Amino acid sequence: MIETTWNPFFDGWIVAVAAACALACAIPGCLLVLRRQSMMGDALSHAVLPGIAIGFLVTGSRANWIMFTGAILAALLTVFLTQWLGRRARVDPGAAMGVVFTTLFALGIVLIVRGANSVELEPHCVLYGALELAPLDLVRILGVAVPRAFVVLAVVLIANLVVVGLFFKEFRLAIFDPALASALGLRPGLMHYLLMSLTAVTTVAAFEAVGSIIVVAMLVVPAAAAKLLARSLAGMLAWACGLALVTAVLGHWSAVQIPHWFGLGSVPTSGAMATVAGGLLLGILVLAPREGVVAHQGRRWSFFVRSNCEDLLALAWRLEERGAAGSAGELLQRLRSARGTNRLVLHFCLARLVRRDLLRREGALLGLTDHGREEAGRVVRSHRLWETWLARTAGLASDHVHETAMRLEHVTDEVMRRRLASESGGPEVDPHGRPIPGDEAE
Amino acid sequence: MREVDGPKEPVETGPPPFSEHSADSPLSIHAMTVAYDRRPVLWDVDLDIPPGSLVGIVGPNGAGKSTLVKAAIDLVPTLSGRVRIFGKPFQSRRRMVGYVPQRESVDWEFPVTVLDVACMGLYDRIGWCRRVNRAAKERGMEALERVGLADFADRQIARLSGGQQQRTFLARALVQDAHLYLMDEPFAAVDAATEESIVELLRELRSTGRTAVVVHHDLQTVRRYFDHVLLLNTRVVAFGPTEEVFTPEHLQATYSGKLTLLEEASEALSKHGSSP
Amino acid sequence: MSEATEAEHLLDLLFLTNWNTRVVVLGVVMLGAAGGVVGTFMLLRRRVLIGDAVSHATLPGIAIAFLVATGLGYEGRSMPVLLLGALGAGLLGIAVIQLLNQGRRVSHDAALGVVLSTFFGTGVALLGIAQQHASASVAGLESFIYGKTASMLQADAILIGAVSLGTGVVCLLFFKEFRLVCFDPGFARGRGLSVLKLDLLLMSLVVSVVIVGLQAVGVVLVIAILVIPAASARFWTDSTGRMVLIAGGLGALGGWIGAMASAIAPRLPSGALVVLALGGLFLLSLSFGGRHGLLHQAIQTGRRTRRIRREHALRAILECLEVTTEEECTVEAVAERRGWETRQAQAAVRALDREGLAVVEHPGRETTVRLSESGRREAEAVVRRHRLWEHYLIRHARFDSGHVDRGADELEHLLPMDILEQLEAELSAEGSASGLPSSPHRLEDRPGGEAPIA
Repeated sequence: MIETTWNPFFDGWIVAVAAACALACAIPGCLLVLRRQSMMGDALSHAVLPGIAIGFLVTGSRANWIMFTGAILAALLTVFLTQWLGRRARVDPGAAMGVVFTTLFALGIVLIVRGANSVELEPHCVLYGALELAPLDLVRILGVAVPRAFVVLAVVLIANLVVVGLFFKEFRLAIFDPALASALGLRPGLMHYLLMSLTAVTTVAAFEAVGSIIVVAMLVVPAAAAKLLARSLAGMLAWACGLALVTAVLGHWSAVQIPHWFGLGSVPTSGAMATVAGGLLLGILVLAPREGVVAHQGRRWSFFVRSNCEDLLALAWRLEERGAAGSAGELLQRLRSARGTNRLVLHFCLARLVRRDLLRREGALLGLTDHGREEAGRVVRSHRLWETWLARTAGLASDHVHETAMRLEHVTDEVMRRRLASESGGPEVDPHGRPIPGDEAE
Repeated sequence: MREVDGPKEPVETGPPPFSEHSADSPLSIHAMTVAYDRRPVLWDVDLDIPPGSLVGIVGPNGAGKSTLVKAAIDLVPTLSGRVRIFGKPFQSRRRMVGYVPQRESVDWEFPVTVLDVACMGLYDRIGWCRRVNRAAKERGMEALERVGLADFADRQIARLSGGQQQRTFLARALVQDAHLYLMDEPFAAVDAATEESIVELLRELRSTGRTAVVVHHDLQTVRRYFDHVLLLNTRVVAFGPTEEVFTPEHLQATYSGKLTLLEEASEALSKHGSSP
Repeated sequence: MSEATEAEHLLDLLFLTNWNTRVVVLGVVMLGAAGGVVGTFMLLRRRVLIGDAVSHATLPGIAIAFLVATGLGYEGRSMPVLLLGALGAGLLGIAVIQLLNQGRRVSHDAALGVVLSTFFGTGVALLGIAQQHASASVAGLESFIYGKTASMLQADAILIGAVSLGTGVVCLLFFKEFRLVCFDPGFARGRGLSVLKLDLLLMSLVVSVVIVGLQAVGVVLVIAILVIPAASARFWTDSTGRMVLIAGGLGALGGWIGAMASAIAPRLPSGALVVLALGGLFLLSLSFGGRHGLLHQAIQTGRRTRRIRREHALRAILECLEVTTEEECTVEAVAERRGWETRQAQAAVRALDREGLAVVEHPGRETTVRLSESGRREAEAVVRRHRLWEHYLIRHARFDSGHVDRGADELEHLLPMDILEQLEAELSAEGSASGLPSSPHRLEDRPGGEAPIA
């Protein structure tokens, strides 16, 4: 068991290996997620097992090229069989994937359990990986002792960067619009197999370090989160890499430190990394500036408040039109019965309008300021223009237009008002016979 | 105008199976049959698009309009027949063809900016493994200006309205600077202003000698938009200048004259196809 | 172990003399059947891989249930407790998939990948904690990952059997509703069925099968009992009802083979053995399936090719005779007319001879062929069909007469009888068909339209 205190050498290398692994996965992961084949990562990371097992049984050692090649062949076989079953035998694509990878994985497990008695390769490390043991298996590069896993993953990371960098625009077009790619002669089918090969190599390299399921986490989760944040493919790749890095550092730190606070030993880093990645995705889902739940709800709330403010103003304007002025209580009462808005919200809106100097309290009564009258006039103008347009141009019954106009008036800008006016033939009064206020600016 | 009409009596000498392709026709299709799952969706199509024309392809749903366009540029395999673009096979005429696919054919949530999409039309010219350079980006911007989207160049495509998305596709076709444009329903789900600007652009293309073949679904506007029309329902019902061909009789034949026998036979074929 | 006792042991197993083995095998068989039945609906609903995400998502539930139970001083490995934890986590996993997928924030496949990997990762981390608690008893938890029937108790097997039975019964009760929802959710909604509720019911069935399958097959491979039997059954039938039955049967058979193999070789993970058995059954179905199997397809294609070749040969001979107005023609002429190699034509003509439709003379060089009485009748029927169809294509489908031969060739062999009758009626109404209709194009041209026949 790893000691719970931070050891610069061990923990430093573990973080480095984890980071190399997460980064190497994040790059093809983005492309997989965009291609809507996230589960292919899952299938490949399982299906490589028989390849590894056979490579291991043939050579009897863990670290060799035969095993690596065997794994990659098994992965490509999975891709091919899945496609073949889908096309030739018309099996549902998801089912084809499920059939192929479970069968191959089962075969791999039986081969390993039957063939290998040594502790070097046991089924559990297939799922968990042996990240914590990575610093024990060192090779010398230029006189420096470096964990072998780090070397392998760094090479794969560089290879991924180079391939995706070289074929960046080809991948972008082949995934975004395969029809155009093929019309331009850019071979989307070839790009698909290239992506699958990248995924296969990455999966095999990463799987030894972190185990098969965590490979899926590193492939899919940073990419899915990055998609929520990015505007362009390059941006998405950058975000995914950043998130992968954070995942690696935070993952190992929480694997060691958090259990320590509760007086426990460390937990597997790979598992903690997946948890952290999930947490990051959740955080981004909630907080993302554009797509996030908070931003979304915030937009809804601010629109809600704005509509209520505008309704209040318009109501005050209409009362003034009839030569009456209402008390605050009366105003709120009428609006509540019309829109059913919560009393607290209305008080909030009222306070806001007064603060902004649109409404003025005159004793118990509420009156519009000049500025407020202008603002309210625009709202009423929008409302009555919509009523007229709906009745004249859209042919709605004039007693049905009010409700619709109530909703539309809040999203109507100057340009639209002008179009409404011209399309309805520059009306002076609305269908109920009330004058449509003019707008000095328009 | 080529009116396809059955001979009233047995012909004495059968014509050669492939008539000569006209070398200056931007798109010339001969005896093309296309089938999905052995079910024919296009029967024996013969077509010579005159250069510098705006051609509308009109027909009911499932008439094979999109298939015709896709088959012309090898996106779907043909059972038989030949396609020539300016007298040569498509493979050697790629650069002369601009293709605008249906809007639903791509994932609009994809993280690319409007400028990225516009530059995609140049990928074949840039060549494998090379980056999109500044010259390409400038041409992309020019095309965006032409469709009135220059202010949106840096926006993600998901943030555009339907009409703006369609115009992005159009800009992408414009950077290709093609001689023949094949457009699959460019007017689907766009606002009136976009539709007008697309038509304006098509006329501009025609005035510079380009040819555009447009899959269209709105019969009301055919006369106004296109100088040639192809009435299609699994086979070519009629093709020629709009004022000659776009007649009630031909429309009747296109939209209601269902060939029940052909349908049934195709049905039989497809049944044999799914479980041969 | 000596050989005699080993053989005895095997026999014991085969005849299920051991009560415990009998119960365990029965449990796995019922599990396989339930997996096949539920999996069929999942396959038809195109959501099979949800099972994979759910099964992985159960791991943290198991770990938490264990930790809580041991923390409260109970036996942590008690099966109902662990399965309760798994149930909770599995349902949470499904809820998270739905939430992620809402508003298309995260696409469906990515949502599956996210839930599968993050839940499982959390489970791995929690198991790491559980391991420190009581390292001896945690070994039982690990068997959930690859499955271990050997560790199954009689009570566990009974639980599996009962849940599987319940699942199967629910599927039968809601059979027609499920079928409708799988086939056409929009229509189902229109008929007043709540697609959401039925989907939830189906998902809960999946969760229950996955949960009881954990012990026998394991987290990683339990998806296989949902996917493989259903995918195999598709090769045998086109009817949903039969597909459900066949999938259930195949699942049960795979379960039985796997459980037996596991009893024989207890060291191997039982999950892998069950999956390998199911994989083998899939391979058999793929090859020999009576409806969509590869062999069946090949036979059908071969039969059709032979029929088309026969009809082509008959037509070619008759047309040769029509042109030359002789009683017999050479095989070369037949070959030329069809654009065949002489060898091909000879094979085709010999096949006709064997059927008694043609008489081949001078085998060897200068082979000639003439039609027998029945052969002529048959050939006339074939030619008639061909020409009727050609006329129809020209008149109604407006084919160029030069292209019509190819168009006719494609279809005529598949035309059903009633369509032919309709054709004939239509053409005779126009007064063009009496007796054998004439060809709409010159017969001297062979279909390729180049060299006329000498």
